Amino acid sequence: MDILVWLIPISLFLGGLGLVAFIWTVRSDQYEDPDGSSQRILSDQWDDHPKP
Amino acid sequence: MTDLSVSPAVERGGMAACPACAVTPAAEELAARAAALEGATLSLSLPGIHCAACIDTVEQALAKAPGVREARVNLTLKRAQVKADPEVTAEELVRVVEDVGYEAHELDPGTIAATATDRAGRALLMRLAVAGFASMNVMLLSVSVWSGAEDATRDLFHWISAAITLPAIAFCAQPFFANAYAALRARRLNMDVPIALAITLALVTSLWETSLSGEHAYFDAALTLTFFLLAGRYLDHRTRSAARSAAEELAALEVPRAIALRDGAEVQLPIAELRVGDLVLVRPGGRMPVDGEIAEGASELDRSLLTGETRPVPAAPGQAVSAGEVNLTGPLTVRATAIGRDTSLARMADLVAIAESGRSRYTSLADRAAKLYAPGVHILSALSFLGWYLWTGDLRVALNIAAAVLIITCPCALGLAVPAVTTAASGRLFRKGMLVKHETALERLAQVDTVVFDKTGTLTSGKPQVVNLDALAPEARGVALALARASSHPLSQALAEALDTDAPATLSDLREVPGYGTEARLDGQLVRLGRAEWLGATPGGETATWLQTPDGMTEIRFADSLRAGADQAVAELLAQGKRVELISGDTEGAVAALAGRLGITHWQAGALPGDKAARIAALQEGGAKVLMVGDGLNDTAALSTADVSISPASALDAARVASDIVLLGGDLSPIPGALSTASRATRRIRENFRIATFYNVIAVPLAVAGLCSPLIAALAMSASSITVSLNALRLR
Repeated sequence: MDILVWLIPISLFLGGLGLVAFIWTVRSDQYEDPDGSSQRILSDQWDDHPKP
Repeated sequence: MTDLSVSPAVERGGMAACPACAVTPAAEELAARAAALEGATLSLSLPGIHCAACIDTVEQALAKAPGVREARVNLTLKRAQVKADPEVTAEELVRVVEDVGYEAHELDPGTIAATATDRAGRALLMRLAVAGFASMNVMLLSVSVWSGAEDATRDLFHWISAAITLPAIAFCAQPFFANAYAALRARRLNMDVPIALAITLALVTSLWETSLSGEHAYFDAALTLTFFLLAGRYLDHRTRSAARSAAEELAALEVPRAIALRDGAEVQLPIAELRVGDLVLVRPGGRMPVDGEIAEGASELDRSLLTGETRPVPAAPGQAVSAGEVNLTGPLTVRATAIGRDTSLARMADLVAIAESGRSRYTSLADRAAKLYAPGVHILSALSFLGWYLWTGDLRVALNIAAAVLIITCPCALGLAVPAVTTAASGRLFRKGMLVKHETALERLAQVDTVVFDKTGTLTSGKPQVVNLDALAPEARGVALALARASSHPLSQALAEALDTDAPATLSDLREVPGYGTEARLDGQLVRLGRAEWLGATPGGETATWLQTPDGMTEIRFADSLRAGADQAVAELLAQGKRVELISGDTEGAVAALAGRLGITHWQAGALPGDKAARIAALQEGGAKVLMVGDGLNDTAALSTADVSISPASALDAARVASDIVLLGGDLSPIPGALSTASRATRRIRENFRIATFYNVIAVPLAVAGLCSPLIAALAMSASSITVSLNALRLR
């Protein structure tokens, strides 16, 4: 059962990582335009070089 | 906006910072407007965009326009946000977008700013995410306990659960605690009181059990409860904010701007900056921005939005005009006597807002359920606590069982039952072009058995159609066409459209006499098209124009053309067994003709705004549930008296505010479908209540008997929440 000492913190850490990532996406306005995001992926405007 | 109007606004904004000016609310308003201008973020509505290519084309075109710093298209809202230098005007940008082939309209930044970021929705989403994260982790630990972890391992798991749960609940459950506190302070009970109590009691007993190395802890239950309830709240919030932002976009499309004459020069100003005594220029086709008196010019006014009357009213210097009237023929200069909130339009709209409305009299199904439910749950829980305490004399056992009863009965299914259904139903109606603004509108719509229509602008499109084209002699048709083409008056345009296939006669000295008509010479003889009084004829009862040719006078009569889908909507409503009535402020002849055409047997003409509301109140007294469909200011009292109300998007802002549902397209045909969708939605809500009650009937006796383990609580709660959500989705 000693392995629990490692596994529980690891699982909490990984879950927390997901939570932090989600909070970051909300804070940086990534859910403002869901329809637009699904269409922009088809745009070839920035295919050759990244958006400056 | 032109240069001229930006700079004075900014200057005055700066002045408002001085204490003396800041006292007046008008100055503050100006300062806020100036600040909005300085930021120079312009919003455009782009109703036509739908794909990646559209986004690229519009963004690239806008980015190339001079002075534009950044342009971003939002496809969900069908809007573009443009950051630009202060001197860039929205009109320029609209032209840029129209040049690449897309429809664009300017949005008023003051109105649209309120919906730019949805802070409340974002906060709810954060809480939902944290509750989801915490409940999953605690559930993992709980599953190990349920599957047989014992002694020190179980205690460790319980302590870890407590360490995750306490801060998570403190953050996530704030809305419930805040609402419950507010309700208790007002000495009322709402759904949030049992929720807050259940969460608190679950945490207290679980902590107590954990500290005594007990077997049962409800940390997972407290968290999943919060998660499901937050999911319901979030759905509810999203449906409502989507409706609100669409409604505000409609309002923002009418940019409140007027052309003022200052020192002889024409200046475009926001209406808020006009002052009493200003001279305001109103071009043909424009709406009066202020109440005032005509100082110069002759024209005709369309007052149908205010009175329902389709016949244009002549306008001459010295005559009083009120905001909302549409100028038809010649340019008018109006001296403002009342502006903004003081106009009769705004005052009437305010009166309507104060009046008791159908929506405030209605108690939603959820509230009625809560009224029964909240006291019942508290009594049940208190009784089981007392019973067990008297039976065993053990406070710990009694508290544990009381907590179990509260958790089992906690209304997560109830909290999801209504929002899940209204979200699904509102989404369905939105795809059909109807915007549901009020949360109980669907429930009220489901009860409707009587539908009352307004005529002008609602059943009719407000666009006249020639009725007696055959009254014109063949040679007169060419003359009429040539005269009609010279004017932008709606009647002339309708006549020109009707005669489009004819060849126009060759006329000389063609000129328009504003407010009267057009005249010209045909082979040296005078020909005229215009008002009866001008031509020396006697005006009849109907909307008409007169044609004078060398051969004599002809009356050309007009009727309003039907709005698209009007006949279909009325026919389907009658087929559904609803009583359909028509009440209009227009003349008897026009109303009777329309009622006959649509098969409406109950109608009333010449109705004043008060008459309309009184008729609806009379119907309600007879036990009817009334749906009012109307668009004008004369309908607003009736719209708010009715049990539920619908207005088209072309309606006056005050009418849209007073109504529960807005028709986004010009088409009336979705109305009967909305009634059946609403009654299906209400049926689903009732079904969901029944499902939730069914789970309670099974699980509550177990909880009261002390047989309910945390595992059973978790199963019952999740199963009922998932069943009601799936049942709601059947509506799609």
